[in-house]
Amino acid sequence: MKSLWNKYKQNKLAQGIFLLIYIGITSLSLFMAQRSVTAFLLLLSSLLLLYFTNFKNLTKWLIAGIVLVFLLPFTASNGDAFQSYMEVATLVGIYISMALGLNIVVGMAGLLDLGFVAFFAVGAYTYGIFSTAQAANFMPFGTFPLSGESFWIFILIGCFVAALFGILLGIPVLRVKGDYLAIVTLGFGEIIRIIFNNLDRPINITNGAMGIPSVTPPRLFGVDFLFPSQFYYIVLVILLFTIFTVRRFEHSKIGRSWKAVRENEIAAQSMGVPLVRTKLMAFAIGASFSGMMGVVFAAKQAFVDPTSFTLLESITILVMVLLGGMGSVPGVVLGAAVMTILNLQVLTEVSNWLNQLSLSGVLSIPDALSPAKMQRLIFGLLLILFALYRPKGLLPAKNRVYDENVLKEGSIDPDLGFTPEQTQNENLDTKEV
Amino acid sequence: MSILEVRNLTKKFGGLIANQDVSMTVEKNSITAVIGPNGAGKTTFFNMITGVYQPTSGAILLENEKINGLKPHEVSKKGISRTFQNIRLFNEMSVIENVLVGMHTHLKAGLIGILFNLPAIRREEKSSEKKAYQLLEYVGLAHLLNEKACNLSYGAQRRLEIARALAAQPKVILLDEPAAGMNPKETNDLTQLVKRMRHEFNLTVILIEHDMKLVMEISEYIIVLDHGEKIAEGKPENIRNNPKVIEAYLGSGAVHVG
Repeated sequence: MKSLWNKYKQNKLAQGIFLLIYIGITSLSLFMAQRSVTAFLLLLSSLLLLYFTNFKNLTKWLIAGIVLVFLLPFTASNGDAFQSYMEVATLVGIYISMALGLNIVVGMAGLLDLGFVAFFAVGAYTYGIFSTAQAANFMPFGTFPLSGESFWIFILIGCFVAALFGILLGIPVLRVKGDYLAIVTLGFGEIIRIIFNNLDRPINITNGAMGIPSVTPPRLFGVDFLFPSQFYYIVLVILLFTIFTVRRFEHSKIGRSWKAVRENEIAAQSMGVPLVRTKLMAFAIGASFSGMMGVVFAAKQAFVDPTSFTLLESITILVMVLLGGMGSVPGVVLGAAVMTILNLQVLTEVSNWLNQLSLSGVLSIPDALSPAKMQRLIFGLLLILFALYRPKGLLPAKNRVYDENVLKEGSIDPDLGFTPEQTQNENLDTKEV
Repeated sequence: MSILEVRNLTKKFGGLIANQDVSMTVEKNSITAVIGPNGAGKTTFFNMITGVYQPTSGAILLENEKINGLKPHEVSKKGISRTFQNIRLFNEMSVIENVLVGMHTHLKAGLIGILFNLPAIRREEKSSEKKAYQLLEYVGLAHLLNEKACNLSYGAQRRLEIARALAAQPKVILLDEPAAGMNPKETNDLTQLVKRMRHEFNLTVILIEHDMKLVMEISEYIIVLDHGEKIAEGKPENIRNNPKVIEAYLGSGAVHVG
């Protein structure tokens, strides 16, 4: 059995066939079934299967692209539950993006942030205010609401505004470390929410606790984006951008300096890493993804109010990062997907199922014990279990593996990054170790 | 020609005087040792030179340019690099990544360049990886390049710290007890390494060390601290027979016996 498994692990063809059969069966069952959450989830988990194959990275991305862009929307479109599936998939995308942003701050730079949802709120309100008549209350010029075409620019604006808030938060907060930092960021998250809650007087900017209704839907070439199945594609594009950006940063000078600061601040400084700048950059870049998704969220819900941005949201995103594996990009993607689906689909489905059982008189479960209401309990238990048995998360962070043979050969470009007076290169070639 | 000059450096932590009026001049390309009993203020002295602590009074000049008051990363940029007494590696990062962090100030990559993965940045990255690999070869850790730093043996961690410090292309390198915890063979290898790298990297070495055999063998000049004050300085042979030094190490009365 074990040798069979090992053979499978080495054989690309077997993996490909298995993956193809798996995707085929799950997509077919999703296509046939009127409303099958299981089939939907199984099709999504084919991506996890794909992650564990030995294919080249490009192949993996291509297959994932085909599944996400064509297969998933197409096969789900047959049933009447199409929009609810797409709603789930869209939210999964939004949360993955945010979790990846938080992963930069918590996982890579090691700065515990308990108020991360504030940046999401900033993004959402940025679009919410200007795409409704709300902005007319305080803007001396311009006509509001802005048209749906402005949405695309607002994705960028949301990104920059959130990054700005990240820096503004960072400047005072970075004087403290560890537990103190967590408390200060928690406070910041609450402050932002309460400000949005109370900013209806003296000038009505956010419309207070009433929230901002009827946010203008995005518009592209005369088509309004109204349904989750349309937002799904917007989210997919931003998510792709997020993942690529995070990966780029992770294996660059900046990513290394984040990790260095996390591992040992004093050593990092002594190696020339500017502490404040590096931390601010982590805050700003992490926040910017959140801001972008905030804009999308506001447009998708067509309604923004402060209750969407509570402390529980911040903690949920943090749990996604912890569950997936701090600092690990694939881990965080998985963690965020698992948490969102658990939250939106599994718990509700189980609740519905239990309700049906109690209606038919098989079981009687008090309403207070319905799984949908035990979200916090379940998150808490998950965290404890993971802290005990898998402290590094579902897919722990791995260091990049450098190929010794590539590094051995070839010469160093003399005018890149190294001072010309250096003579060590020649010496290095002749030395004996 | 002197490269580093320290003038009347004093550091007080509240009522405790860690360093009092310490001065020294370090010649270019020399190996200078700072010795003294435990608690003499040697590491505080290093921490002031590298900007971790700000001196209460006094001045530090690198190539006649004042560097006290600068932040540690600015001091590193000026050309002073160091290792630590209690090893401070980036434990969860791989061996080669540790060295790459050392090159931080010499890499030009910026936000935009990294985001768009510009060709110049890619070349710079490749080049720095090769360079890091050569530095690992130099200290004899090339075969461990993908290992996590925390999994290395004690001696290997010390050598990795040296490789990381060299990656910053310093003019002056400060080694804080580089041989602590090493066995005699490792100490001997380290001695050879320090001697060699001084010439090959055109370095000035300042080191703190308790291993007197090592100190006497490689240093050209020795400064002795005790209770935060400089009690002696000079060539190794003079220091060896200096009664004040013997007293600081062995207690008063030892001079007459030994």
